[in-house]
Order: sequence, then C-alpha cells, then structure tokens
Amino acid sequence: MAYEFTKEDLKEIENIKAKYPEVMPATLPTLWVAQRRFGHVEPEVQRLVAATLGLPEAHVHGVANFYTQYYKVKKGKHVLDVCTCLSCQLCGGYDILHHLEDKLGIKAGETTEDGTFTLNQVECLGACGYAPMLQVTNDRYVNHLTKEKVDNLIEKLKNGEELEYEQIKMPQHKNI
Amino acid sequence: MSTVDWKNYQPVLLPDIKDLYKIDIYTKNGGYEALKSILTDKKKWDGPKAVIEEVKNANIRGRGGAGFNAGLKWSFMPPADGGPRYLACNGDESEPGTFKDRKIFEYNPHVFIEGALIAAYAMEVTTIYVYIRGEYKSYIDMMEKAISDAYKKGFIGKNIFKSDFSVDFYVHSGAGAYICGEETSMLESLEGKRGYPRVKPPFPAQKGLWGRPTTINNIETLAHVPNVINKGADWFKAIGAENHPGPILYGISGHVNNPGVYELPSGIPVLDLIEVAGGMKNGKKLKAVIPGGSSTPILRADQLDGISMDSDSLRTVGSMLGTAGMVIMDEDTDIVDVLWRIAHFYHHESCGQCTPCREGTGWLEKILLKIKNGEGEVRDLDLLLDLTTQMEGRTICALADAAAWPVRFTINRFRDEFEARCTKKSHAVA
Ligand SMILES: Cc1cc2nc3c(=O)[nH]c(=O)nc-3n(C[C@H](O)[C@H](O)[C@H](O)COP(=O)(O)O)c2cc1C
Ligand code: SF4
Repeated sequence: MAYEFTKEDLKEIENIKAKYPEVMPATLPTLWVAQRRFGHVEPEVQRLVAATLGLPEAHVHGVANFYTQYYKVKKGKHVLDVCTCLSCQLCGGYDILHHLEDKLGIKAGETTEDGTFTLNQVECLGACGYAPMLQVTNDRYVNHLTKEKVDNLIEKLKNGEELEYEQIKMPQHKNI
Repeated sequence: MSTVDWKNYQPVLLPDIKDLYKIDIYTKNGGYEALKSILTDKKKWDGPKAVIEEVKNANIRGRGGAGFNAGLKWSFMPPADGGPRYLACNGDESEPGTFKDRKIFEYNPHVFIEGALIAAYAMEVTTIYVYIRGEYKSYIDMMEKAISDAYKKGFIGKNIFKSDFSVDFYVHSGAGAYICGEETSMLESLEGKRGYPRVKPPFPAQKGLWGRPTTINNIETLAHVPNVINKGADWFKAIGAENHPGPILYGISGHVNNPGVYELPSGIPVLDLIEVAGGMKNGKKLKAVIPGGSSTPILRADQLDGISMDSDSLRTVGSMLGTAGMVIMDEDTDIVDVLWRIAHFYHHESCGQCTPCREGTGWLEKILLKIKNGEGEVRDLDLLLDLTTQMEGRTICALADAAAWPVRFTINRFRDEFEARCTKKSHAVA
C-alpha cells in the first residue's frame, strides 16, 4: 500500500514547519501527523515523512525508533498502556495488568488475534496520584482502575464509544 | 523544627477559581497584569535587568528537581546581539512520582504562559517553546488552545502591550522518552533528533537551540513568576522555608487516603503532609517515604521526625526535595520489589550513550531481579553498592546518578530486608 498525506495533512505540516528556523525540528510533529493518519509509522510511512520533509530516511528512522510512542509496527485498534511504575506498582498496577492479560487472553506486548487490542506494560505516565491507571492509544488516561472499571472500559472500546477526559479535582478545590 | 504556617494557606498558583483556565476568567482575576506592568510601567521596571533582579531576589528554586535559583540562571544569558534567543519550558514531567505540572496545564495554563512571557522579556528571548511529554495529549491540546487564545488577545506576538517587545510561543510534543526531561536532551528533541544529552560545556545559555543562547526552566518555576512580579520578591520569600521559599506543588501518591497534587508552602513537615493527604490508607503504619521523585533517596519512617519538605531539612537525613513528588509506602510494602522496579525504569530510560550508565543500569536491574526472585547472595548487595560508585559522576548527564542513588540508599537503609531475601535460597539449599 502506498501511503499519502491528505491536503489537510500537508497544510498542517507546513504550519508545523513555520514554528522552527529549520526543517529537521518538524520531524517529531510530522511523525505524529503520520501516525494519526495511518495508525503507525512503519518503514514505508517513515519514508513518506522523510520525502515530505526532504530529510534523509536514516534520520527519520532513527528518530522513530528512539521514541516509544511511535508504533514502528502495526498495533491493535486500541492500545492499552498499563503503568506499572513506582506508584502504580504500589497501588496494584500489576494486578490490573494481569487482569487484562487474563481477560484478553494475551501477554503484555501482544495483540489479540482479532486485532482489537494491544496490551503493553509502560513506564511512569505522570498520573501517580490516580494510580493504578492506563492510557488508551496515546490519548485518554483512565485513572483509579479497578477490575470492574477495566471490564467497563473494554466494553466501551468494543462498542466504539469515545472516551471522555477524566477531570480529577484538586483536593483543596471546592469550586472547580 | 519547621514553623511554617501551612494550615491557613490559600493556594495562589492554582487558586480555587472556577474556569480559571479560560483566558477571560484569568484576566478578570488580575491575569496578564504582571506582564503589562513590566512592559509599560517604566518607573517601576527599568528594563529587563530589573525584572531579573526581582526574580533573583525571590529565590524561586527550580521546581524541575535541581533547585537552582531561576533569576540567577536567567542572568547567565549573554548580552543580546540581535540574533534569535530561546526559552525552552520543560513540561516533560516523567520522573516517577511526579505529576504536578499537568495541573498547571489543566487549571491555570495562563499563569505559566504569563510567567514564560515575563522570563522571555527579561532575557530578551525571541521564541518560547514549551516541550510537553507526548503522553500528555490532553494537556497538549489544552496548551495549544491557551496559547492560541493569548495570541488572539495580543499577549503573545508582535509589540505586546504596544511595547517594542515581541515574542512567539509554540508547543512541541515529545513522543515517549523520560530522558528528554534532561535539559540538553530536550534541546536535541526540539531540534528534531533523538534525545541524546549533550556534553556540557558549552552550556545552553551559550549554545542551546540551534547553537543560540537558550534557557531551560520547569513549568512550575515559570508559573511562580507572575505572582513574584505582582506581589514582590519579599512576599514570595516570606512563604515557607527560608532557603527554599515559596509555594510548592506537592504531588502525593502511594498508600494515602487522598493522593493528589496539593499547593502548600515549602518546608511543611513530611508527616504533616501525609496527614494533609488523608493519612495512611487502611490505617496501616508508615514504612518509608520517597520525598521528591524516584531518584531522591528513600527515608525510613523513623528518620522523619521533625523533617520538613525543603532541601536543607531533607539534607540532614540524606535526601533531597527533587520534584516534591512524594511517594508514601505502608508497612506491607516489599522494598526489594520497589527498588527492582525503580532500577527497571532507569535501565529502560537510559539513552545508552555512556558505558557506565548503559551497562550499569542493566546490571543493577539484573542483580536486583535475581535478589527479588530469592536467588541472590549477600555479596550481591556489595556488588550493587560498588556498581553505584562506578556509575556516579562519570557520565554525560545525571540519569546515571539518578539510577545509582536509589539503589545505594535503599540498600543502606533497608539492608536487613535485602539480606533476608538473599539468604532465602542458601537456607533452602542447605
Ligand atoms: C534524567 C533527567 C530527567 C529530567 N526530567 C525533568 C523533567 O521531566 N522536568 C523538568 O522540569 N526537569 C527535568 N530534569 C531537570 C532538567 O534537566 C532541568 O534542570 C530543569 O528543567 C531546569 O528547570 P528549573 O531550573 O526551572 O528546575 C531532568 C533531569 C535529568 C538529569
Ligand atoms: S548518563 Fe545515561 S542517559 Fe545520560 S547521556 Fe549517559 S547514557 Fe544517556
């Protein structure tokens, strides 16, 4: 399959380039545009990014490989990144991970056969006070997880529901 | 003993005002007045140097972990030469236990934007970038909106408040790499490269982004600036601990009833802070505290009497304030497991440029895994301690130190638990 950016993508990439004095800094944001468009940045997509920016393929490849959020291989439709780092570890992050492994019938790092879910174990996502938690496909955080909440989440995602941003009040705030 | 009056403290950085994230609500509550004052009140502010002096006097110690006086850092920028100069705002926030800057993005993005604009004026910066970790997609969207609103109102852009000060302000998203929080790694990432930290010197103030003078500050550090300009350095210095003054966003996580981010004065006693966060969960006993992010040395419960959250007090018991991301552990916590998980984190995040860090973090994790699984020997503990001394101070950036400290101090402070785990196997065999 030949990958191509849409006109809107190309316009967005032009806007991105305008933020910087050189082209190279547009590498990370353009990889993001590509991943949102195609769902991954496999080598073919990396080549498209390189050609679009006029940068060496080796450079784009090196950058894509350095950063964990870029999907260098195709993932499931929904990627569940479960934090098991420090505070999540203390608050049951591994229980959540194992529950998901049992529920989905896969191990961390794997994708379900039907391609719906990829399960990962990840490092600290900066939600330590709301542990245990996970992130869905580089976007929404789902906090204060229990097994029930995880089960609900899986149902929601299977039904194609959008996830809301979970606002968590500051404990000192009453008005917000 | 700390005498900090925190019980009557009202948040000023993240005050309890509904919808403060909206620019109109922010301006209604005095927002952008500090920026206006420095740009238009020439009697009060005799140019950029006067702003730097005020901020320096306030002694806002960098909230990104290293605790360096912000105004002093600004004064290291060389004189302007007409070329581009940069401010890079560090919103990478990836040190385990740390989750405070996101609260600024969410509740009061404009206080940070205003602070960054004031810093830019003071250092004669031409472009500001805010680097936000890629996982914070929701906050990146919020910041894009806030910056675009500030452009529309004329607070960012050309001739702000009709002055001759002009500046641009952009969001740059990371893509998953803890190391990009290290300031020179962040510069590489902003330049569109892999986040390999740079050898210093040259320091960013001399050669930063695209070889031009650049200053890096944490989001919270900059967010304190508008209040310092409005209320004065003396006001700021009167809050909290003498040598580490001002409000702090404490991120409290782990085994407490009400974890979360709390804005309180610096210097609050550690044990009081646990009470503020609702006390210990399930009435358990406190076992240990990591005061300021995973790299700061762990403290046993019996070390905490009279110790408060400021660098001087924490130093007396051999720890640091770091990011003030405090992790609370109860009596049931398996310290060996915890240390292995921390070691795993640093191994995963080492960029691999320096041999002591690349190899050292790998060995730390490997040996700790062995011990965790009951297959370690007591001499492995000494091997671990020896490894930490071989990693420290021998690398390009401080990640190796950040990986070494927890291992050294956790083993030293909980040696009996590690030994107990190590002898398990020999008993079983014998
Ligand atoms: C491995 C490593 C990771 C770091 N991560 C962060 C971070 O996520 N956020 C941050 O503000 N500072 C981080 N720092 C500290 C920065 O290098 C830098 O000191 C700080 O951003 C300066 O801002 P400040 O003086 O306002 O604190 C990190 C440092 C190291 C060595
Ligand atoms: S100390 Fe570690 S993380 Fe830092 S530059 Fe060296 S290898 Fe990379």
